[in-house]
Order: sequence, then structure tokens, then C-alpha cells
Amino acid sequence: MARVLVGVKRVIDYAVKIRVKPDKTGVVTDGVKHSMNPFDEIAVEEAIRMKEKKLVQEVIAVTCGPTQAQDALRTALAMGADRGIHVEVLPAEYETLQPIHVSKIFAKLAKNEKADLIIVGKQAIDDDNNQTAQMIAGNLDWPVGTFCSKIEHGNGELTITREIDGGLETLRLKTPAILSTDLRLNEPRYATLPNIMKAKKKPIKKISPKDLGIDISPRIEVISVEEPPIRQAGSIVPDVDTLIAKLKERGHL
Amino acid sequence: MLAASFKLLLNAKRVNSLTRLKSTLVIAEHNNEVLSSITYNVLSAAKQIGGEITILVAGTKCDGVAKAISNANGVNKVLFTNSEAFKGFTPETLTPLILAMHNQNKYSHILAGASAFGKSLLPRVAAKLDVSPVSDIIGIKGPDTFIRTIYAGNAIQTIKVKDNVKVVSVRGTSFEPLPLEGGNATCELVPPGDCKTNLVEFIKQEISKSDRPELTSAKVVVSGGRGLKSGENFKLLYSLADKLNAAVGASRAAVDAGYVPNDLQVGQTGKIVAPDLYIAVGISGAIQHLAGMKDSKTIVAINKDPEAPIFQVADYGLVEDLFKAVPEFTNKLK
Repeated sequence: MARVLVGVKRVIDYAVKIRVKPDKTGVVTDGVKHSMNPFDEIAVEEAIRMKEKKLVQEVIAVTCGPTQAQDALRTALAMGADRGIHVEVLPAEYETLQPIHVSKIFAKLAKNEKADLIIVGKQAIDDDNNQTAQMIAGNLDWPVGTFCSKIEHGNGELTITREIDGGLETLRLKTPAILSTDLRLNEPRYATLPNIMKAKKKPIKKISPKDLGIDISPRIEVISVEEPPIRQAGSIVPDVDTLIAKLKERGHL
Repeated sequence: MLAASFKLLLNAKRVNSLTRLKSTLVIAEHNNEVLSSITYNVLSAAKQIGGEITILVAGTKCDGVAKAISNANGVNKVLFTNSEAFKGFTPETLTPLILAMHNQNKYSHILAGASAFGKSLLPRVAAKLDVSPVSDIIGIKGPDTFIRTIYAGNAIQTIKVKDNVKVVSVRGTSFEPLPLEGGNATCELVPPGDCKTNLVEFIKQEISKSDRPELTSAKVVVSGGRGLKSGENFKLLYSLADKLNAAVGASRAAVDAGYVPNDLQVGQTGKIVAPDLYIAVGISGAIQHLAGMKDSKTIVAINKDPEAPIFQVADYGLVEDLFKAVPEFTNKLK
């Protein structure tokens, strides 16, 4: 296989307790720590391991978003990706950028860059959509291996193990293909300082959805974003007997 | 003023025509023998949307499943089809079938459960229809307006879909299951169509065997975290779960440490559960975990660390060593 595209998204760091804006239009992102979507780190790691095993020649990291989205690209390059593509989306348009748009962008880039494999995270931890891989596959009519926890390479095919509800499932996919990563796939490496420095010299191509001929007008309108209901404060019970009594009172036992 | 009322009128008219044209296709999830429980929850969501409901059952030998679901109250029609190509229920084989059914009948809504099956399938269907899908809804405000969670359940988003076909996956725990009774839908055998593909081949499934209730639909869930210290110690939870007829779950920490298999994970990246009673044992209560269980009716936390965030969502907290508290709890339930 010659070329892998890896999708990376810059999201609010997974450890941050998010705050909803008082005007209910979204969550506060200004001045909040962001990092690469954890599932995407796993995707980048897997692509780099493929390159290290000489299964692929080039790893191209792709992100869609405003200027800051380049942070995620630089991280991917520091981890070992060869070059980056930044599909620049204006902040106002980014608010309504959906997997339908991102998947069309990836499908177009896959053709332009002659990619054989696309790896993305199974979901972004901000919108929690879990759609992009499946939609890219639909756009390209390629097979998809979602929620991968193991990927084995064959000749013109991949054997993947997926995490499904009752356990695990094994599929064989013909390449070119799309894969989405589950948490168990690998342990992503940390970028070392020398590699972070080297990554600054790696090329990032800037391109717009318009250049690719992709219409990113919103298909979904966000009416409101609100705080979830707050649970009533509970109580600390002194011992197991009291706990059992309380649960009986509520009819659970 | 005039313009405003005119606009209102127009809107009212549009709503009416929408109501008239609503028709939902529900993709049934099953294993050729029994329906997955989440399908019952999806039917309830379909009823909330209103309009005609058609269910599509596709498999290798699914006549029995089709017959069973035709008893669901309020369902108009069951379409079923069999082909060896549907082995493993891969999206590559099911998508052309769904598109063929849609082209014939022009549904306004296509629904499935937000399970591994539904999540894999629906976005591919949506891409082929060139519409933006909606994932994991927890509520329905109107035929085009849905409620879902974002940021691991820490914000609730209300969205309006502009596309004419709404492709929606439904969070099972947010809708009551529809009982399979009182209905008498017509069952129609449809051709499997152009479903064969050489893109993907189903090899095998390894399903974890358990006598306990299924995690996502259990009334009681007992979950363990890093505090259990080993897979061996999970036996303490199995004993307690057996007494309560509960399913056993786990935090990501427990799964990553190899104490239990992945499919037991409760959280943003695992299963979302909302049982009557959730007992969290040795679980700190990270954002990621809370996303999967905080809609449980009653939450109990057993943890020796009084500062653990799990106590902020627990109705009853017991600050005690789990190795002492859990056996005592189990024994006293005898």
C-alpha cells in the first residue's frame, strides 16, 4: 500500500469539564485547553506503525477546521506523519461543519492523493457523532471496518477485529478501505521534543473546501445547547445495613 | 405584522404536510433467531414521530424474527428478506437493500438503535442518500427536531434537520421498549436485491457468554473499576450481581487493565446504560464513565476515597473498603 490518510480533529481536551454558554448557543471554547481527539491519536499511531513495518510508504494527516486546527496536524507530524493537509474552514462555518461535509472532503482528498487506506477515530469526543468513517466509505463505495481493535495486513486485504456489543467480530476487507479506531487498538506514542522540532519543518498544504468543490452549507441547525439536568445531591450512608435499608425503601431490593 | 402572520400560516401548512407524509422505516437488529432488545426501544421512538411504521428485517434466515415483530402494536408493515450475503449484517450488503426499499417507498425517517450495528450502518445509508444523519437521540421534539447529548453527556443539544430524509439512531435507554403485542402487521417477503459484495467478508464472531442479563437492558447493574485490583477479584461483583439478578459492567480502567473484556465497558466510548439501580464499586467516576451511567434511576457508590467524583452523582455513597463492603452486602442479601 502506498498511502494512508489519517483524519485528526482538534477538540477540547478530554479531561476538561466543559461549560455551556449562557446564551445556549454552544459550549465555551475560548481559553479552554484543546488537544487531538484521543481516537485520532490512536489512528495516527496505527498509521505510523504501518509505515515502520514498511506496509505503507506515506502517512498524510488531514484536518478540517479554523487556523488553530493546525495544532492537531503538528502533533500528528511530530508523532511521525510525513505531511499534513489543512482544509481550512472559517470559524463561523466550522460551527456547523458536520461529518457529512468532512466525509466528502476526505473522499475527494483520497482520490486526489491516491490513498489506499483512510484511518480515522471512531468518534470525536466533542460531537460524539461516530459517523465520519462510515460516511467516507459510503461516498467512495469502499468497505469500512468500524471500531477496530486489531488490524492485520494481507495482500490487497485487511483482516480486522471489531469491538461489537456482545464481544468481538472479525471481517476481511478488500483494500482500498476505511478503518475507524477503537481505544483498544494501540497505545499512542508521545512526541519527543526533537520530533516536535522536526515536525515544524514538515510541509502542510492549505486548501479550502471550495477548492475541492465541496459545499459545506449546514444541513443541521443547532437550536440550543443546554446543561444536562443536575442530579439531586445524595447522602453518605454509614454502613451496609443502612444502604440495604435505603435501597429497600426505594423498592430496589 | 402581516408578513409575520403570513409566515406563520406558511409554517403551519408545512407542518401539516409533514405530518401527512411521515413514514418511518425501522431497521430491525437481530441474530436470525431473536430480535435485539434495542429494536423495541426504537419502535417506541418511531411511534413518537408518528405516521406509518415499516420494519425491515434482513438476515440469512429471519422469517421467525419477522413474524415475531409483526405483533408489535402500531406497526403497519414488516418487510423481510433472506440471503447468505447478509451473514454478519455488514453495512456494505445492507445499505443497497435499504436504499432499494427507500427508493420504492420514500420514507421520511430511517431509524435504528444506536448500537454497534446501528452506528456502523446508518451513516453509510445517509451518505448514499446525501443527508446528514443524527446519532444517538435521547428525545424527539418534532418530526425534524431531535435531542441528543454531546461532550460525553455534559451538554444537551437540540437540533433541527433540514434534509428531507431523517436518518436517526436512537439511544435505547431513552425510550421505553414497545411490547410485541396487540399488533397485526402484514409481513411481506422482498427480494434481497443487489446485496452481494466482494468488498467485505464476514469471518467470525466471538460473543462473550453469560447467564446474566444483557448490560444495556438490565434493571440492575453492578460495575467495577480499578479499585478491584485484579480480574480474579471481579468474582466479588459476580456474586453480588447474581443475588440482584444484575448485569456486570466495568470502567475503562478495569477494561484497560485486562480485568474484564471490552464489551463490559460503560461510558462515553462503551455502553450507555440507564438501569433502575447502578452500583459503582471501586470506580472514581471520571467524566467518560459518568457519560455512560448518569441517567440511572438510583446510583450507589462504594469507594474508600471520600473525594472520588462518583459521590457527587451517587444517591447513596458508602465510604468503605470494597473488599469488606461488597462481601458483607452480598451476604446480607441472602
